[in-house]
Amino acid sequence: MSSLHPSVAVAAPAIPDDPGTANYLTHEKGILSWLGTLDHKRICVMYLYGIIAFFLIAGAFALLFRTALLFPQKGAVPGGIQFLISHDMYNQLFTLHGAIMIFVVIIPGIPAALGNFIVPLMLGAKDVAFPRLNLASWYMWAFGCVWLLIALLTGGLDTGWTFYTPYSTSTSTRVIPALTGAFLLGFSSIFTGLNFIVTIHKLRPPQMGWFQMPLVLWSLYSTAIMQVLATPVLGITLLMLIVEKAVGIGIFTPELGGDPVLFQHFFWFYSHPAVYIMILPAMGVMSELLATFSRKHIFGYTFIAFSSVAIALLSFLVWGHHMFVSGQSSLLGTIFSAITFSIAVPSAVKVFNWVATLYQGSIEFKAPMVYALSFIWIFGIGGLTGLFLSTMSTNVHLTDTYFVVAHFHMVMAATIFVFLGGLHYWWPKITGRMYNETLALAGCLISVIGFNITFLSQFPMGSNGMMRRYYNYAPEFQSLHVISTIGSYLAGVGFFVSVVCLVQSLFRGRKAPANPWGAATMEWRTPSPPPWYNFETTPKVEDPYDYDLLKYNERTDSYDYVGRPAGAPRPAH
Amino acid sequence: MRRTQRESDDAMLSLLLAKGDGTIWMPPQASTVAGATDYVFYYILYISAAFFILINGAMFYFIWKYRRRGPHDKVGRITHSTPLEIGWSVIPGLLLIPMFWWGFKGYMEQRTFPPNCLEINVVAAKWNWTFIYSNSFTSNELHVPVDTPVRLIMRSNDVIHSCFIPAFRVKRDVVPGRYADLWFRATRTGRFPLVCAEYCGTSHSDMKADVYVHPKVADGQAKDPLDKSYDEWLKNADPYGKLTPEQYAEYTKDYEAFKTKYGGDEVMKPIVEKLAAPPERGQQLWDKKGCKSCHTLDGTPSQGPSWKGVFGKEEALADGTKAKVDENYLRESILEPNAKIVAGFARGVMPKTPLKDYEIDALIAFFKSLSGDQK
Ligand code: HEC
Ligand SMILES: [Cu+2]
Ligand SMILES: [Cu+2]
Repeated sequence: MSSLHPSVAVAAPAIPDDPGTANYLTHEKGILSWLGTLDHKRICVMYLYGIIAFFLIAGAFALLFRTALLFPQKGAVPGGIQFLISHDMYNQLFTLHGAIMIFVVIIPGIPAALGNFIVPLMLGAKDVAFPRLNLASWYMWAFGCVWLLIALLTGGLDTGWTFYTPYSTSTSTRVIPALTGAFLLGFSSIFTGLNFIVTIHKLRPPQMGWFQMPLVLWSLYSTAIMQVLATPVLGITLLMLIVEKAVGIGIFTPELGGDPVLFQHFFWFYSHPAVYIMILPAMGVMSELLATFSRKHIFGYTFIAFSSVAIALLSFLVWGHHMFVSGQSSLLGTIFSAITFSIAVPSAVKVFNWVATLYQGSIEFKAPMVYALSFIWIFGIGGLTGLFLSTMSTNVHLTDTYFVVAHFHMVMAATIFVFLGGLHYWWPKITGRMYNETLALAGCLISVIGFNITFLSQFPMGSNGMMRRYYNYAPEFQSLHVISTIGSYLAGVGFFVSVVCLVQSLFRGRKAPANPWGAATMEWRTPSPPPWYNFETTPKVEDPYDYDLLKYNERTDSYDYVGRPAGAPRPAH
Repeated sequence: MRRTQRESDDAMLSLLLAKGDGTIWMPPQASTVAGATDYVFYYILYISAAFFILINGAMFYFIWKYRRRGPHDKVGRITHSTPLEIGWSVIPGLLLIPMFWWGFKGYMEQRTFPPNCLEINVVAAKWNWTFIYSNSFTSNELHVPVDTPVRLIMRSNDVIHSCFIPAFRVKRDVVPGRYADLWFRATRTGRFPLVCAEYCGTSHSDMKADVYVHPKVADGQAKDPLDKSYDEWLKNADPYGKLTPEQYAEYTKDYEAFKTKYGGDEVMKPIVEKLAAPPERGQQLWDKKGCKSCHTLDGTPSQGPSWKGVFGKEEALADGTKAKVDENYLRESILEPNAKIVAGFARGVMPKTPLKDYEIDALIAFFKSLSGDQK
């Protein structure tokens, strides 16, 4: 097993004399030291650059098509106005918005970017179990993005992110490059998942049992299981689609003897778990943020931990709730509906435990905390509206309407906001700089309010029959569409402010102390930013939510680790 | 000009209907299953609202009550409570059961077809709906009798479409290569929108049709075909179908002479009044059969070549040959779109649209009128 040990895997330059000046960002210089790095922290930084860039691109696409939706009738229809964005451009914009947001931004957002940084640090380890695989996963991600860009630049893509056949096999847009991109992005996700599973099993310090792990590790572990088991199915499906389109072998196209509904089964077998691949890591980060900024032990540790595992396992058995009207049998539909309801319970349990964590806390409204609190609001809406869609008869009415659009954007936005919350939270550790709190809070509140305006207006539109992926629509929906578009502009402003705030901190930010928030997990017991070998001395394993172990130090504006006084009891959970 | 007038009437009508007795959440209820769907919808809505207020109320109360006052705040030491955990797992769990059950019952009702449904065939194609009635009359409007179970037997000519009638709360994907079906029993007369719910490409959002629900008992005097009974509407629906082949030949050959010949005839007069001149009829078909989403009339190519000046021209084909556009060429291009491909356009884009011979005749007449009436 010794080959798994990170100290062997990482090429080891001499330890510099002063760890305070040579941290992981500065101990090696030059672009090649980045592109060839095996350091999990540097890989996190490379992911962050890419993900934030693509987030802004895909967001800009959304603002463009929301602008087109200000007008109900466009193009060659009665009463249609000539608008800059045509039918076909609109279709490409929403397709690329969805595909980039999901495959490039949200799926790798928390695990591959933030997770890469925190998993080894939270375990007190030097790196992930397979640093080379880690770098390979970043390259897979980068190549996947390149292929998506090729598709974008050589003719676009208009299939929707779902690639439904036989539309995708018959359209003349660049389906094959886009599928290749999604295929590679899938492999990147598998590599990361594999790495985290092994890391959490093998590199946990001996004193840290499963129930002494920070909860974010439980959720990243559950996520990793889904990544490893579900993503290959997507890969195979996309590959079959490529083969069908390139060579004409009938798998999904009826003319060639294939079955289009089979594609939907395969696709959702991955893409429902993918929903939880996107939300579970955010739920993990939630537990960290809420406990730290309440300065109170997380409530119901075991239930939160097991609910992550329950969600991961159940998520494999619900994919058919996307297909109640597609022609799957009523019996199958009924089973899927029932299992879908059962997954609502562990999600609700988490929310209740978070709210209970606030009880009798000492709550500080720093930007990461405000993001976390917004999660409860937004995920509350996203999760509860899921009930309408798990119920078969209402699903028939609501599926493929704006109700669904609003529902899953609320869920995905919850992830985005916690990703941003986590990014602000670990920002001092990653960059060594403090961001401007006022600017960060402003960005957070503006984008949260904008997001709510954008999507709350879409629920009644959808239940009244406004269909998703529509370019033209009935004039009676116009006022709600205008509200929604204004909301999206506001959200855009908010995200822009957040980005400005983070970028500004890199140049103007105060130097970050080791533990500015007073968090009890191990990553805060090394300087900010950490040395390349992570820890000067291996930290002692303690309860990750016991804030009695920390003492505020006015001189450094940081929290010092003081350890448990002799004889003091450990909190039970 | 006439068309825009009709369209603005339509917009008014749909506005009135939407205001009808719909709520801010749901469109009007117009089928037997709508009530059950809405019932469970509101059950979920109220439960969700209660939980949302409970969770967020507690959250806002706690963050206000326990906001940080200083570094020495006293912090609660409670870390878990098994009774609480069990309580908040079991109680929401129990509230979910009725949702599942009513949803299941409502769904099964929609999937259990009553005997003796009136059957209407539906063809979905990019980007229009065609409804084929028992007397093989085809239309782009769905006409049904009120209070009668109707079964739609649907197929697709190209990609997946989905038939959705919001006022009836029914939806079903139309997957190519197999039949899809759904049934409903309309509970009120009037006009309701039918839309395509599954993304199907460029003009997906323009792929819509109107559903007309006719009363059971005919108002004999009624002028508006909507107030006629379904049977009476169907009998008179297709004035063209009522012509004998000989009369039809006369109509195509010389429309004016045909009008003077039959215009005075007691029986024929109401039929003749409904007929349009062949080229005009062709234009109606261009509009209604979805040709307009790919073919313009002004010479600008879009998805397909423009129809302006096509008739009589030497068309350059994708395989490098040329073909003279005459009646036979047009007929073949319409019935077998992939037999000859015009240079510069993609194979497999143009769908096969079910058309009757006399409709093709009318389209050809229209083509001729677009080329300056060459004979
Ligand atoms: C989805 C788009 C689409 C629709 C809808 C469509 N067409 Fe076409 N049509 C095309 C394309 C593309 C071509 C050129 C390729 C070919 O020749 O098949 C074409 C070619 C034609 C031609 C040959 C024109 C020439 O210049 O030689 C005729 C005639 C025609 N269409 C008639 C019709 C009629 C009638 C309808 C309506 C019932 C219709 N099309 C609907 C896409 C469409
Ligand atoms: Cu799902
Ligand atoms: Cu369609």
